[in-house]
Amino acid sequence: MSADPRILILLVAIAIHAGAAQAQSGDAEAGRAVFGECEGCHEIGAGARHGIGPHLNGVFGRPAASHETFAYSPAFLGLRDRGLVWDETSLEQLLEDPEALAPGSPMGFDGLPDIVDRRNLIAFLRGIGDGSRIAGTGGDRDHGVDPAVLAIQGDAEYGAWLSGECVTCHRADGGDAGIPSIVRWPPDRFVIAMHAYRTGRREHPVMQMIARRLGDEEIAALAAYFENSGE
Amino acid sequence: MTINRRTFLGTGAATTAALAAPQVIGQARGRVVVIGGGAGGATAARYIAKDSKGAIDVTLVEPTRTYYTCFFSNLYIGGFKEVADIGHTYGRLASDFGINVVHDWAVGVDRSARTVSLAGGATLSYDRLILSPGIDFVDGSVEGWDITAQNAMPHAYKAGSQSELLRAQVRGMPEGGVYAMIAPPNPFRCPPGPYERICMVAHYLKSANPTAKIIIADPKPKFSKMALFQEGWGDHYDGMIDWIGPEFGGDKVSVDPAAMTVTIDGETTKVDACNVIPAMKAGRIAEIAGVTDGNWAPVSAYDMSSRTDPNVHVLGDASQQGDMPKSGFSANSQAKVCANAVRGALTGSKVFPARYSNTCWSLISAENGVKVGASYEATDEKIKNTGGFISKTGENAELRKATYEESEGWYAGITADMFG
Repeated sequence: MSADPRILILLVAIAIHAGAAQAQSGDAEAGRAVFGECEGCHEIGAGARHGIGPHLNGVFGRPAASHETFAYSPAFLGLRDRGLVWDETSLEQLLEDPEALAPGSPMGFDGLPDIVDRRNLIAFLRGIGDGSRIAGTGGDRDHGVDPAVLAIQGDAEYGAWLSGECVTCHRADGGDAGIPSIVRWPPDRFVIAMHAYRTGRREHPVMQMIARRLGDEEIAALAAYFENSGE
Repeated sequence: MTINRRTFLGTGAATTAALAAPQVIGQARGRVVVIGGGAGGATAARYIAKDSKGAIDVTLVEPTRTYYTCFFSNLYIGGFKEVADIGHTYGRLASDFGINVVHDWAVGVDRSARTVSLAGGATLSYDRLILSPGIDFVDGSVEGWDITAQNAMPHAYKAGSQSELLRAQVRGMPEGGVYAMIAPPNPFRCPPGPYERICMVAHYLKSANPTAKIIIADPKPKFSKMALFQEGWGDHYDGMIDWIGPEFGGDKVSVDPAAMTVTIDGETTKVDACNVIPAMKAGRIAEIAGVTDGNWAPVSAYDMSSRTDPNVHVLGDASQQGDMPKSGFSANSQAKVCANAVRGALTGSKVFPARYSNTCWSLISAENGVKVGASYEATDEKIKNTGGFISKTGENAELRKATYEESEGWYAGITADMFG
């Protein structure tokens, strides 16, 4: 017996529709895995705080660049001035091509090419906003930096001197075209990143060269200086 | 920290006193004169003014009102930049940092009286003098060429009108014409510069004039990033470029600017564009100041002070410091060490040990960047290389594109660091 072709078309249509609905709403659990792309800079969930980027609790439905306690880049302040709100459409645009939505974006992120990943991630971000808390993650969890090293209180005056070597490339005003901004980073993130270059966990010939002749005290000094620079 | 623009709009005594560090209130402010507003001089002036918060009187003497960076001027010749992209003015150094910017030529230095005389007739007194005059050319280093021939055969090694002239001449070459470069002997400004320029000229000719030829006569058997450039020439401009090293007479060269001919090892060729990059020496004011030994000005690695006079510092290309290449990045790095030392001497601020670094990016073809860099330390003898890196041949297009984008970021960074 052969199936009625009209029923087959209907079944296929239902299947496509179901798939579209699935993609539209996204799978928050799958999105949690996709969030691994973001967690180097963004925290989310109970106890999340600002990192290199702002924390993302309640981001869904929030106006762009609206945390008063975070110092945003000009690219995101531009979105705020345009009145942009983070919703399904704008998050989709940002996650597909950050540079197109926010030219000069400091996010070291080229976009997620797969629409399913984007929808799942948005569902995850939205779920957090709905109160279904998922524990914060917070960056390079396997960084291996000794807590005693992270606890060093850097000398910001020494850091100001050492920073001369950084600002030839990383703009002191936080501008970020072509080379990432390093101003206003939380000190622990700064220290973790520099140690990653020093040990070779992160690859970049210039940064490895710079980091390899900085001692723990010097890295802490730079972290202390850059935390409050770029005003 | 950025000094608020309002800070320097009123330069009256009250404003100055409010800004001055406590220990200098009631005393004369230390005076620093900086000659040359490029990567060394502009950076030194800015850092001294910025970090002393008004406690030091900084005068910057620079003849040009718009400074065209030598770095990225090859990209202009290749058509990747326009001339406005590489031009910078000094307004913010005056308005935001309180620097007295004097557009004039320094023509004399009296080191015993500690004064600088200007072509316009004025005299400036200093406690510390910083010379960052860049390069001038060694007379007679290329037979047949002198500065009167620079219109027929541009050097384009001081950016601006010379860069515009060379770009126009490349664009005006007849179909299948010949471009010649006379490359300089060591040491010279921007070691990869001549070879990046060849890439940029070839990039333009490849699409606009693909049967044109490029000849380079070079007195050196080796040059900076040689393997990377030669790989790029083969990959992107195959058959267009003929590099003639000293083994084949590249060091036996004369030119005839009137006839537009180049003679290499006895063989004369008619050329359509000719870029003569002569041998170099410190900018003339360093010689006038009496701080040169031969072509360059020897300095201490600890603070860039002249070996002849501790109240005079020499930065960048003009200095003879040891292992650092003559680059804008090096000059910027040296300027910060010098600024820290000068500020310490005049205000008693803390002086930190010298540290230096350099990175030079070059563009091979569209979105195909390479780089070389090193860090350096001060020793009694010289600024000493402590290790570096270089791009590798055979890198993938993605990495080369990222390197190019990084060079764009560096350009934005260093020019902000120089001009505010």
